[in-house]
Formats: sequence, C-alpha cells, structure tokens
Amino acid sequence: MGRVMTFLTRTRSGNGRMDWTDWVTYGYLLFGVFMMFAPVVWLVMSSFKTETELSKFPPRFLPYAQETVAVDGYDEPLPIFHIHSGEHAGKTLVQTRRVGLVAQMVDPNDPSQKLRISVNDRAPVENLNFAWENYSELFERFNFFRFLWNSTFITVVATAIMLLVNAMAAFALSKYKFRGRTGVLMLVVGTLMVPQTVILVPLFLVTKELGMLNSLWGVIIPGAATPTGVFLLRQYMITIPDEIIDAARMDKASEWKIFWRIILPLSAPAIAVLAILAIMWRWNDFLWPLIVLNQSEKFTLQLALNSFQGEMETRWSNLLAMTVLTLLPIATVFMFLQKYIATGIASTGGK
Amino acid sequence: MLGIISPLMRVIEIPMLFLQKQLGTNKLAWVFLAPNLILFGLFSFLPIFLSAAYALTGGDNILLSDRPYVGMQNFATLADCRNYFDPNSCHSDFFWRAVWNTVWFVVLQVGFMVGFSLLTALILNREIRARGFFRAVFFFPVLLSPVVVALIWKWILQKHGVLNAALEGLGFEGHEWMLDGTWAFGWSVFLSVWAHMGFYTLILLSGLQAIPRDVYEAALMDRSTPWRTFRRITLPLLSPTMLVVLVLALIKGVQTFDEVFAFTGGGPGSATTFIIQYIYQTGFAGAPRLFGLASAASILLAIVLIVLTTLQMRANRSSFDG
Repeated sequence: MGRVMTFLTRTRSGNGRMDWTDWVTYGYLLFGVFMMFAPVVWLVMSSFKTETELSKFPPRFLPYAQETVAVDGYDEPLPIFHIHSGEHAGKTLVQTRRVGLVAQMVDPNDPSQKLRISVNDRAPVENLNFAWENYSELFERFNFFRFLWNSTFITVVATAIMLLVNAMAAFALSKYKFRGRTGVLMLVVGTLMVPQTVILVPLFLVTKELGMLNSLWGVIIPGAATPTGVFLLRQYMITIPDEIIDAARMDKASEWKIFWRIILPLSAPAIAVLAILAIMWRWNDFLWPLIVLNQSEKFTLQLALNSFQGEMETRWSNLLAMTVLTLLPIATVFMFLQKYIATGIASTGGK
Repeated sequence: MLGIISPLMRVIEIPMLFLQKQLGTNKLAWVFLAPNLILFGLFSFLPIFLSAAYALTGGDNILLSDRPYVGMQNFATLADCRNYFDPNSCHSDFFWRAVWNTVWFVVLQVGFMVGFSLLTALILNREIRARGFFRAVFFFPVLLSPVVVALIWKWILQKHGVLNAALEGLGFEGHEWMLDGTWAFGWSVFLSVWAHMGFYTLILLSGLQAIPRDVYEAALMDRSTPWRTFRRITLPLLSPTMLVVLVLALIKGVQTFDEVFAFTGGGPGSATTFIIQYIYQTGFAGAPRLFGLASAASILLAIVLIVLTTLQMRANRSSFDG
C-alpha cells in the first residue's frame, strides 16, 4: 500500500507533494481507463449471463443465476426460493407453478405437500454462475467454426501474401537503379490517394470477372498490394548498406537469395510492424467482405456478427459471447505486442 | 512457419535464377516489382478508369458492354436539387441526406477527436508513472473491429442497458437512445471518437516528444507561466503534427462506414446514413443495383479525398521539415 501511495504521489518536482495539476492528470487518466475498459469489461461480464439474467433491469455487474434442484416427481429441475415473510417465513422452498401473484411451492424434502405462497413473500436463491453455455452453443448450434476458420484463413494468407509481395517491390525500389524507378514510385504514391472505398463498383466487377466472387480469395487478393506497405518497407530497406549486397554478389549469391537471405532478415523490424498492421486490417475488415461474400458459409466473423445482430435480436446471450470471441484474438495480440503496435502505427501514420 | 517458407523460397529461386541470366541484374528489378504492379494494376488503376466509365452509363447490368451510355445524366440526377441545403428538395434526397449527415458527422467527429486527442497527448506527455500503460489504455479501442465497437455500445445504450440503469439510479429518466435520430447521430459521433482517438493521441504524443527539451528549460529560466509556455512553445511547435492529424482525421471521417453501419444500420430513418453507405446501398444492397449512380457518387467522393490527401502530403512534408 505504501508503495502504491509513493507511486501515485510522486510529482514532477519530486518534493513529494501533489500539485493540483497532478490531481487533474491522474483524475483524467483514471477516467480514461474507465472509459476505455469499462465498456469492454461490461460486455465480457454480460456474455456470461443467462438470457433471464440479461433481461433483468436494472442490470447487475456479476452474472447470477437462480439455483435449481431436482425434485422427485418433476421432470425439470425446479427454481429455489427463500421465503422471507408470511406464515412459512424462514423456509427454503421450490416453485412448481405460478398463477398470477400466487406461486405453488413445495418443500424439496417433502414434495407431496403443496403450499400457496404470495410472490411478494419470497426471494429467489441466486448464486454466481457463469453461463458457459452461451459459448458452447455457438459451436453446437451455429456455424461458428466456419466463420472463425474463414476469418483466420483470410488473415493469415492475406498477411503472408502482402508481406512477400510488398517486400519484393520495396526491395526493387530501394536496391536497384533501373529506368522507370521514379515512375513506378509515383504510381505507387498515386494509389495512396485512392482508397478502396471509392472504387467499390469497378473493383467488384474486376473481382467478379476473375471468378473470385463469393470466395475467400476475392477478399484476400484485391488488398494484397498496399502502397503503405511498400513505402514502409522501402524506407527501411534504404537504410541497409549496399556493401552487404555487393559482398554477397562477390560470393555468387543469386539476387533472389540476397532478397530472402539478407534483405528480409535485416528488415525484420519493419516487416513485424507491417505484419501487425496487416493482421489488424484483415481481421477487422468489413466493407469489402460484405460486398464480395454473399453466402453465409463464406462469412467472416465480422460479417456473421453483423448479420446475427438482426437475426438474433432476442438472443443477446449468444451474440455477446460471439462478440467476445471476436475481440479475443486482437486483445491477445495487443497484450503481447502493445509496445510494438503503438510505435509501429505511429511510424506509418496508419492507413 | 519457417519450415514452410524456406522450401518455398528455394522453389521460387529456380525460375528467378533463369530470369536473372536472361535479363541481367538491374532489369531483374521488374521481376521483383511484377506481382505488386499486377495487383496494383488490376485492383487499383483499372478500377479508377472503370469508375469513370461506370459513372457515364446507366442500367443495372454489371458488365460495361451491356450498359447504355448516358453521359453526365448520373451526375445530373445527383445534382438535381432546388436547394442544396434541404435534402427534401432534391431528386436524390437520400444522397443529399447522406452528404449532409457526412458533413456534420465529420465536423463534429474531427472537432471532438482532435480536441480530446490533444488533451490526452498533453497529459500523457507529463512525467507520470506507468506512462506506457496509460498510453496503451487509450490506444486499446483502436484495435477493436468496428462491428465489435458497435455491438459494445449498442449493448450499453439499449433500452434496458446499463446507461439507462445508471441514469435512473441517479434519478434521471432513461431514454430510447437508438430510436431517436438526433441521439443516434450523437452516439455515432461519440462511438467513432471513442474508437479512433487513441490513434491520433499517439501521433500527437510523438509530435510532443519531438519538441526539444531545452526550449522548455529556457522558458523555465525566464519564469514563463505554464499557460504561456503552452501557447508560445508547445502549440506552435506542435502545429505541423496537428495539421497532419487534422487532415488524416478528415480523410478517415469522410469514409466512415463500418462502425456506424453496424451500430445503427444508417437509421433511424436515414439519420446516420453516410456517403459510403449510400454507395453501398445504391450499388450493392438495393434492387435494382444502380452501379452508375453509385460510381458517380464515388467519383464526387474521390475528388474530395484527393484534395484532402494532397493537403495531407503537404502537411506531412512540412511536419518533417519543421
């Protein structure tokens, strides 16, 4: 506790006193932590609630569920209540039926005797209960694995292709002197200006003509060459000294070998940054898959999630579980790589 | 991974060696460029030109050869307006509603975003403990997918959601946020700022950290007040970065679609329909598919974006020079 206090009260001047600006700073930062994380935490907690618990208002933070017990003579497990007032006060009973404001209840140890209890005299016996079935149902009742596989396949393959193709182009643009280099560079800069969102219609036609509609390749290929990627890698490769390449050529290494044995490993930091970006873009991509993929078995997680929003209007329990599973991979990547992600995105200016 | 990559690279080496012998070392650059140029050509350049062709044709056939030439008619349809500030007076009222929604959205979103990003960056730039942690906290939502962001807030804002519960707990009335056009729009702005603020905070933070320390030390020597130091040193030296952030936010703001579409579906009514959604619905979601109209709208959007991108490149250059 003492250490926490010294940590919190350390100030810029180092005299141990909190300046008012420090209070404002930490206040703002704590508010920031709340604003950024609380919604996600709320979502995760809600995803463990049963459908009955989800429809309760006001909602509670932790997931509770009513205790039930199997009673002789009844097929279904019956909900347990604690009776707090009336003639049976202090007893714990189970409900067999309910008619209006009167519940028909029995003692679980003596099911033969039926008691009539006013619903105002009782309170449900609840326990903390994580509804894992919200998650397991996704795998049993919905095609969740399909969507997960589609998303994973697109992300992994697209990232790999993008890295290879962009690294090759960056290598050519940084290490060779050939006629037309400036021209190619200008061309690449030019495409930076035209985002995918404004060429949707013709892009759709080209993809259709190449027979890639409703196929995962139709999502992967059109975005494989990104000007951002070429630039990022080229800027990095320029800093690799040419002498290394000359030495390799002396040793009769082929140009291809120079590329993948020397340039690629030396560009690892830049490639890592681009890989993280590519994974993020592809995993979260929405508009282009929405246009290319029409059959639900080809849907990515993002598409499935969005289309389930309408269909599962009343099934928030599954929808929330699916949302959590969709954000899980990115959250994991974030935890392990947050240092690199932040610097990487700052250095490229994003997309 | 390396187990797959290494043999693959070796397989590619054989044709590459052959090409190297045929072309010579320097011309081999074209071989390295080829995959990229083919992809760029097919999926960027060709579509840019096709886009113009689509905009000049009518009908609902995707094949250009089956589309009748209509000249500037698509543009005329979009521009057919008695009063450009009133979508109801326009022939394409849906388009103009989307235009005005986008304009308002961008103005509000960029304003709030740049404001909050600057505030956050300034605070994160102070000598606080656990700066890395706090920086990561603000950045976290940037990684979330738009659909997830939309669902998180939809869940919070629904009628029986936690926000209404909190409001009622405090003695206020709950509200059907998503059924009210103005509120749905306002929350869209909020959600968008929430999701993207961290990205701009990061850029501004790196801008702040590039300001030399000794300038501040000199100001301290001169007993300059913090406010004066901020006005006279921080703001001017940060302004190139601010410009980059501003233009980048504008470019992205104009293209907003995913999160708001997943959040509101463009509704209620057309209160949160933006340009990209107009293009999507006109070209792909509706029947008949009006590719010509969608392309015409795309071209208008492209012009706006090209202007903004040119600005951004200028800003980028000056931020690196300055």
